[in-house]
Amino acid sequence: MTYALEILDLKKTYPGGTEALKGISLTVKEGDFYALLGPNGAGKSSTIGIIGSLVTKTSGMVKIFGIDADKDIAEAKTMLGVVSQEINFSQFEKVMDIVVTQAGFYGIPKSEAMPKVENILKRLSLWDKRNVQARTLSGGYKRRLMIAKALVHNPKLLILDEPTAGVDIELRREMWIFLKEINKNGTTIILTTHYLEEAEQLCRNIGIIDHGTMVADTSMKDLLGTLNVQGYVFDLIEPLEEAPLIEGFPLKLEDSLTLVAAVNKDRSINALFSEFSKLNIKIKSMRNESNRLEELFIEMVNSNEK
Amino acid sequence: MKSNYKVSVSLWTLTVKEIRRFLRIWVQTLVPPAVTMSLYFVIFGSLIGPRIGSMDGFDYIQYMIPGLIMLSVITNSYNNVVSSFYSVKFQKSIEELLISPMPNWAILLGFVLGGVARGVLIGFIVFGVSLIFYPDFTVANPLLTITVLLLTAILFSLMGFINAVFADSFDDISIIPTFILTPLIYLGGVFYSINILPDIWRSISMANPMLYVVNTFREGMLGASDVSISFSLGMICAFIAILTGACLYFLKKGTGIRQ
Repeated sequence: MTYALEILDLKKTYPGGTEALKGISLTVKEGDFYALLGPNGAGKSSTIGIIGSLVTKTSGMVKIFGIDADKDIAEAKTMLGVVSQEINFSQFEKVMDIVVTQAGFYGIPKSEAMPKVENILKRLSLWDKRNVQARTLSGGYKRRLMIAKALVHNPKLLILDEPTAGVDIELRREMWIFLKEINKNGTTIILTTHYLEEAEQLCRNIGIIDHGTMVADTSMKDLLGTLNVQGYVFDLIEPLEEAPLIEGFPLKLEDSLTLVAAVNKDRSINALFSEFSKLNIKIKSMRNESNRLEELFIEMVNSNEK
Repeated sequence: MKSNYKVSVSLWTLTVKEIRRFLRIWVQTLVPPAVTMSLYFVIFGSLIGPRIGSMDGFDYIQYMIPGLIMLSVITNSYNNVVSSFYSVKFQKSIEELLISPMPNWAILLGFVLGGVARGVLIGFIVFGVSLIFYPDFTVANPLLTITVLLLTAILFSLMGFINAVFADSFDDISIIPTFILTPLIYLGGVFYSINILPDIWRSISMANPMLYVVNTFREGMLGASDVSISFSLGMICAFIAILTGACLYFLKKGTGIRQ
């Protein structure tokens, strides 16, 4: 089994004494789309910072595609692309120059980089803005530029630290499609995000980190399988004044035409429909409540705090 | 990044980026020294100079030229690196370099070459301006002049780098140039020979490192100096070696750039 990333007993204590990482270990398989989640201050950015050489570790081991970062950091870095949480390019340079320069830092001369840069900028809809100063770009385009920079040297492992923070829904969906595409083409992706729906949509495996320790490292399917309750949203044809009382099915009226039900995994939803028929509640449409991962996340983080 | 070719491409990229940076803002970087030095030549050279008479056997304006060139080279190579490196820290674009496989020595050399390029370019600009006011100027020892010019630019680029490594605010990058560097340069024989000073002040001046830099350059341009040239060159080279070692140590340790 080839691992894109292996982390073993990684610890980080900052000079002020803050223990950000208390010995985390995780592995990410080659070709995986892995979500690294955790509340603010959990240690996600410290972990990514150490992998990307932006933070000095206190102890532990990091291997990128089998290369120990302590032994051959330069070779390990050529495998890696990092999209940081904060904007980290010179705002006064042109988009094209920023990406070409980044390629140069990886030893790719301008003549060789240009076709790659053109391809990436076009794929990220940045080609038309290639000659504008980066500071004039909108927030969404700056995020795209960060991704373009991280991809210019064709990394085998791409780490994105909250790439869609502050990005509108349309652009976020576009980024999802783009990331799925490059993952399909072989790039291993590790993603941190606060949008749990994003992790659920994109990632096959998931790690949850809290207070510097791993509280989960499993597949998305297995994790979601541990959820006992599934939420359903029913759009009603006729309005209700209050939520009906049906035994075994807690119901909540979001508004007069939207009813939300929490259905236990061992109960059949047919039973709920039967009850609706008896009460003459007419359903126009139904959908899953999309916060399944959010519920689990909160549950895990809360139990870790206890 | 194992191949030397890739390292040389990355070094070239950073150096070009650094040169492009100060050329892009040429109104802030190249024009002010030319204007300031023109004023020095007009006021101290053409207006007051003739009343002062000669200095160490040279016309006063002629004596001033090497000093003013050094003043410009020192301040510009220092300021270029301190402002550029602090800016990449401030804007977090230092991460572009830290994430890349560039070795630390190439990162340091890229910034230093940027500082040297600006310092040397300004040196030639000021020399060009000086020829307007003193067209008969001839360089006594071109090889020594160029050597000292380059060594000085390297030395003060390294100093600027260290200042930027420890700087936490824009105030920190102006304190040393304003309160330490500039007074030492002005008192280091830019405008006068220490031979005209009383003994006590001459002795104190000998402890000013800028005196050696300015006078070694003056030896190259005029063939006259207040200090031993071989001693001065040796000290400049020794300081370059020490500061290079310090810069590489700070980069390896991540001082000021890695958490």
